[in-house]
Amino acid sequence: MSRVRVLVGTKKGAFILNSDGTRKDWKVNGPFFAGWEIYHVKGSPVDPNRIYASQSSSWSGQVMQRSDDGGATWAAVGNKFAYEGVPGTHQWYDGTPHPWEFKRVWHLEPSLTDADTVYAGVEDAALFKSTDGGANWEEMAGLRGYGAGQDTHAPAWQPGAGGMCLHTIILDPSNAERMYIAISAAGAFRTDDGGKNWKPINKGLVSPFMPDPKAEVGHCVHHLAMHGSRPEVLFMQKHWDVMRSDDAGDSWHEVSGNLPTDFGFAIDVHAHEPETIYVAPIKSDSEHFPLDGKLQVWRSKTGGNEWEALTKGLPQQDCYVNVLRDAMAVDKLDTCGVYFGTTGGQVYASADAGENWAPIVRDLPAVLSVEVQTL
Amino acid sequence: MIRVVLPQHLRTLAGLDAEVSLDVDAPVTAGRVLDALEARHPMLKGTIREYGTGQRRAYMRFFACEEDWSHAGMDAELPAAVAEGKEPLLIVGAIAGG
Repeated sequence: MSRVRVLVGTKKGAFILNSDGTRKDWKVNGPFFAGWEIYHVKGSPVDPNRIYASQSSSWSGQVMQRSDDGGATWAAVGNKFAYEGVPGTHQWYDGTPHPWEFKRVWHLEPSLTDADTVYAGVEDAALFKSTDGGANWEEMAGLRGYGAGQDTHAPAWQPGAGGMCLHTIILDPSNAERMYIAISAAGAFRTDDGGKNWKPINKGLVSPFMPDPKAEVGHCVHHLAMHGSRPEVLFMQKHWDVMRSDDAGDSWHEVSGNLPTDFGFAIDVHAHEPETIYVAPIKSDSEHFPLDGKLQVWRSKTGGNEWEALTKGLPQQDCYVNVLRDAMAVDKLDTCGVYFGTTGGQVYASADAGENWAPIVRDLPAVLSVEVQTL
Repeated sequence: MIRVVLPQHLRTLAGLDAEVSLDVDAPVTAGRVLDALEARHPMLKGTIREYGTGQRRAYMRFFACEEDWSHAGMDAELPAAVAEGKEPLLIVGAIAGG
């Protein structure tokens, strides 16, 4: 029987949760890197024993960790993230220029074809790549306009409330030259030439907080999701609005439909049903907790617009946690498992595509990220 | 031998359970101590001083002989008691809440 390994990053360490295919009984291992912020932990799809982790703290900066044995042991690898050229400035919260400064790695995306290749999305926003298992990192500076001669939008990027972070990296399984990234608050971008050139893909997004609500860049995209069988279809949880693109991001349309609130952070796609998507609605941009104190995952089986609340096993009163952008994931077992973590330290799992939920663990530090490996 | 005491989270990162003893040629400065420390424990690179500038990270402090050496600069010669191994160089995480 297959089994699952859930990789959890928290404010004070990483945890690895293991279960067999029934997903009923869980063994909690950790904390790893106790006391450090673990923004993301993700395994290689090529070699599931190869796992990368982003470890950071305000005191000691960024450390990168790698495991070659499924998380049993770890070793620090390279942590030098140097921007290409003169980093320049981006917009500060008040619109004034602010120097580009490396702060931390938010997201790690291991290659679909090579266990030694991994991408890192960082704050202040940039994309880095390692081809030697994390020992060395090189900026893919074309995103910020360096080296390719194209116009750059980077000076117009500005931080969201969590900082100016590159938080989402999606690799197209059908086209090795194409990848997507998203930045808060700049928007979504796509490359079709392996990272040399990038284009903003934000047409159709409307952000009323911006001077030009339909501007090409400046949107606070919270997360993107894609199903590997249909890589031209993208789903987006924006600051407000759940969006969909059917043309690889060239245009977007809103699919918030009957959601009780379309603010949120996390979004994901069912492992076997590319039109089934999940979000965790949050009340508002100033009240980062579920509406009416009821923790709910909402599911659409129609690729958006028509949504249903999934509540069985989730607290339906007095719940005021948040579900962060990288804190939802799905497994690939026959009955797709769905997982999410909360800032209250709970990790919930559903072994039946969201119909029923149960906590794997209730009292971890605030959960920053959740990833799942189907083994 | 120069003695260096690291904060707990860096001792854990480097796999250490006690203070570190390092050979450092005179003049003994914070910069030269960190050169020797990072050479022996490469995972500490970037955690005490910044890549690029080589400057002390904002939330890391240096103390020796009951004095604050955080702002003396990487090239300032540390007290003789540190150079002689009688007193350790204390690398301390700043008190910053949390």
